[in-house]
Order: sequence, then structure tokens, then C-alpha cells
Amino acid sequence: MNTVQDYSLAELLICAGAEAFRDNGEVLATGIGVIPRLAASLAMLTHNPRMMMTDSEAWLLATPNPVSGRSSHRGQAQETWMGFSRIFDNVWSGQRHAMVGPTQIDRFGQTNISALGDDYAKPKVQMLGARGFPGNSISHLNSFFVPAHNTRVFVEGECDMVCSIGYNPDRLPRGYNLEDIKLGLVITDLCVMDWQGPNHQLRLRSLHPGISVEQVLANTGFEVFVPDAVAETTAPSAEQLALIEHLDPEGWRARQLKDNPPGDRRQAA
Amino acid sequence: MLPTVLKLEEASGAVIVPMDDAHGNGRSDNDFNKIGASPLLFKEFYGMTKVCSSQAAIATIRDGMTIGIGGWGPRRKPMALVRELLRSDIRDLTVVAYGGADVGMLCAAGKVKKVVFAFVSLDFIPLEPYFRLARQSGAIDTMEIDEGMMLLGLRAAAWNIPFIPTNVGLGTDVIRRNEAIRVIDSPYDDKEWVAMPALKLDAALIHVDRADDRGVCEIAGPDHYMDDWFARAADTTIVSCDELVATSYFAEGDRARSVFWERSQTSAVVHIPGGAHPSSCNPLYGYDTAHFTEYSAGAKEGGFSSYFAKYIEGKTEAQYQQAVGGLDAIRSLPLPVY
Repeated sequence: MNTVQDYSLAELLICAGAEAFRDNGEVLATGIGVIPRLAASLAMLTHNPRMMMTDSEAWLLATPNPVSGRSSHRGQAQETWMGFSRIFDNVWSGQRHAMVGPTQIDRFGQTNISALGDDYAKPKVQMLGARGFPGNSISHLNSFFVPAHNTRVFVEGECDMVCSIGYNPDRLPRGYNLEDIKLGLVITDLCVMDWQGPNHQLRLRSLHPGISVEQVLANTGFEVFVPDAVAETTAPSAEQLALIEHLDPEGWRARQLKDNPPGDRRQAA
Repeated sequence: MLPTVLKLEEASGAVIVPMDDAHGNGRSDNDFNKIGASPLLFKEFYGMTKVCSSQAAIATIRDGMTIGIGGWGPRRKPMALVRELLRSDIRDLTVVAYGGADVGMLCAAGKVKKVVFAFVSLDFIPLEPYFRLARQSGAIDTMEIDEGMMLLGLRAAAWNIPFIPTNVGLGTDVIRRNEAIRVIDSPYDDKEWVAMPALKLDAALIHVDRADDRGVCEIAGPDHYMDDWFARAADTTIVSCDELVATSYFAEGDRARSVFWERSQTSAVVHIPGGAHPSSCNPLYGYDTAHFTEYSAGAKEGGFSSYFAKYIEGKTEAQYQQAVGGLDAIRSLPLPVY
């Protein structure tokens, strides 16, 4: 694969995110937000053509829609109806992989998008609500996208409101073991991680160019397993960048990360 | 339980859309109000027709009822019916919804005791500002559940069973925060299961594209969301429609394919063109981003009362529509592109 020198951090994260879907086979991939959706779309157009994606409204598509530059849903490559009620038939079958952006992630891989603060009856900050996180997490593979890797996201204690099940032995339902829980990659603006450290500890997989192990550890509120050798996150190929441009002709990806940094942070400032 | 009805009698002239009189019984909505509105009486009173005014329909709602609201976030919400609720003196409602401004407005107006929700959001404005204020001030009780658990709860109610077993919610605070949701043993395996309780609704409010006067409802947009389950889970289902059509409409082409519940599940039909505004009614119109933006900004600039005074308080639905630019403007709102 011929890599290129000039790419943005957003494009690096899209390509790193696409790797999360590589060996999934014929599953519905759902990327919540511009970068996760572009990551899933890129995976479907490259290494996993068997994947399924929706139009983010009500139809399953044979080929993903661009995220930007469209004025209607007319003419899209829809292949079956996939309204919200039917989404749950798919979710509960397990044939899905969602890449979501939690507000809090704890050391167990539990997440929160519902509410912040100690008093659930009167939260400090009310957010979305648990949405489909409980059902997603007990049913199928989930990966996380974190646009700003810091200790407010990767919290020291447990999440204020646990919306998704993780590798927490104290919360494991009767009849389940930790291997029943399926967490995939964690893509952040600093690195790529997974949950395959000892006892499903969060593990560093690769560092983005110009980022150090120390930066990752300092910005994570709990211990991260660091293997002896940590690779650098693979830079996008020219082919990948061309497909990303096709999927996002208006460049919405440039507005997703603060100041739209370059992929290699050593080039910054 | 007549105070609401009596108040509506006083509010004569507030009916913006004349009752469809296709069956020629010549009775008015005020006649209906005078006899005391009950869902079971719609059909008897009007003969076959279920068409009535929004006032007559909302007069069947009582303090403390559990109401389900169809649609999803900012999409195809029965907002004209919600505005009618906001004008009433009804209170202490338990609201079950895939929530948007319907939930936000009802909370802001002090109508709500409890919200059963998985999210409350306006999509392009992710956090519903007035729901947020209500939660952060501790003003409302909650039953926070997964989106799919809500679907199961509505199905259990529709099927007249007390619960549906599921693994959804296991290991999460959705179970810990809801004492009413039990985890049970299975007679067939050694695992534990969430017994999602039936979400029985006293009434459901739903907006559809078209309906006939017997309650056959068409949802022409790409998704009918969980509206069929809201209709089936409710004792009384009040439907507002953008267009009131003849029964023969449904015989054309494959239109009957976009009818998702039987007319026996529809109790009342209210003809309100543009009645989903400011939410969308795809394909007729999109949601009104400018209006939602103004509505949301109000949460920071002194609260809901100025919005309520400007658009809802003492106003008919016709006056509301004039204030937001008229029906033609609503019908030309562009469809959202996702």
C-alpha cells in the first residue's frame, strides 16, 4: 500500500476506524457521526464489501451514500426497507457492529451518553438518554470513537450512568461470561486501542504519528496496558484518500476535530 | 370528570377545521362536548365517522393519564395535538415517547409528572433544551430505558401480556435505576432475563399523512417508526392527519401497504393540515430548523413562557400557523437529508 505524506488527522481516524470493520463479514455497520460513518463507508468500499449500511433514515443500501454533497435521498441504491422497528430485529440477531461516540468510558468498557453527575434524579448535565446502548452492547460488537482523548471521557471511576454493558465482573449477568461481551476498537485523536489486555484491560494498539505513550497515559483516567512494541497508526493510502473525497466531497470531515490538525502532529505549528 | 370539557365549551370558535360532515349528521363539535367526551362515544355520536376537533379529542385526556406520543425526535410528531394539550389545564401526565419537542414543551409547561424515554432530542440540536432543564432541576420522574425496550413494552401492552423477556438492559443502570423493571429466572435456561413490563397507554397521539373518517391511516413517509405499536398499546388513539381522504383513496395502487394498523385501533381523527409542524411529515414537509432554533434559544433567554405566549397561549391552530408563516410555508419546508 503506498501511503501519502499529506493527510489530515480526520482522514487518519477514518482509515483507522475502517479497520474495525475489516473481518466483520455480512453485518450491518452503523457509524454514528461523520468520522465513524465515513470509516464504515470506507470499509464497505474497500476490504469488506459484504457489509451492510443504511441511509441513516429508513433504507438499506447496496453502496453507501456520501455523507455530504447530497440534496435528497432520491436515486440512492436502496435494497430493502430498514425502518427503526426493523433495526431492532437486526440488532437482536447480533449481526451488527456499531461505532459510537460515548461521553464517558470507564476501565470496564462501560459507557455513558445519558447524564452526568452523582444525583441521577437531578443530574448536573442531562444528555441524550441511554438510546440503544443497552441493547447494542448485550447484542453485538461495538467500537468507540473519541474525538478528544482526555480524562473527562476516560474516567477514573465507573461511568455516572452505565448505558452499556462492559467487562465488569460485578455487573456480569447470571449465565454470562466476559467473552460474551464484544467490544472492538477504540479510535481516539491520540491512538488506537482495544480491550484485549489482561482481563480485558484497555490496550494500546497504535500511536498516531507524533503522539507518545506518555500522552496517552496522562490523558486516560485509568491504567492502559502498553505492550512492549507499539506500532504507529498506518497512514492513509492514496486510494483511501480518493474514496474519502468521493464519500465527503464537501469536506465535512475537516470540521469534526478541533482545528482540523494534520495526521502527523509533528507537522503542526 | 367534566371540568376540561366545560372549559372547552367556553372556548367556542377555537375549532379551526370544520368537522367532516360526510355522513351528514349535522352535529357540531360543541354538541359533542356538551354530552361529555368519551372515546367510546365518538363512533356512537357521529355514526361511522371518527372525525372531530382537536379540542374534542384532547377533552378525553384526564389528569394523571399515561399518554404515548408517536413519531421520533423532530420527525412526524402530533404537535398540533400537543399544543392543544398545552392550552388545556391537564396535568400530572406520564409521557411515553421517542422524544423531541413534544416532551420538551410538555415538561416546560408543567404538564408532566414522569417521562418514559430512551432519548429526547431534536436531531440537529442533539439535546432537547427544555427536557434538559426539567431533568437538571429534578422536576420530573423518569423511567429511562433502551429504545428497543420501549418497543417491547408497547408490544406487551398491545398483546395484553404483562411483560416480554429480553436480555436488553442487563448489566446496565437502566435496570438499577428502575425498580419497576424486574430481572427474572427463565423456565428454559439458567440465565437471567429482563422482564420488560407492558407500557399500557391510556391514550396515544399520532400524526399521519392521510386518514379517512373511519380511522384508516396512511403514513406515506419512509418510516412509520413505532406508531403502530403506540396505537395498539393505547385504550384511545387520537390521530391528526394532514389530509382527510375518501375511503376509496386507499384502494388505489399499493397505498394500502402504507397503512400500519387497522381502523379499529383509531379512536378519533382530527384533520389538521400542517399539524406536525415544527416537526416533519415526510414526504409532505421537513422539520423547521429555524423554528426549532428559536424555540431552543428561548431556554437560555428566559424560558418557555415567551415561546408559549408568542405561539400557543390563547391562539387557535390557524393563528399558530399564521405566526409561523402559513400552511404554504410549512408545506415548502425542505425534507432533511441524512
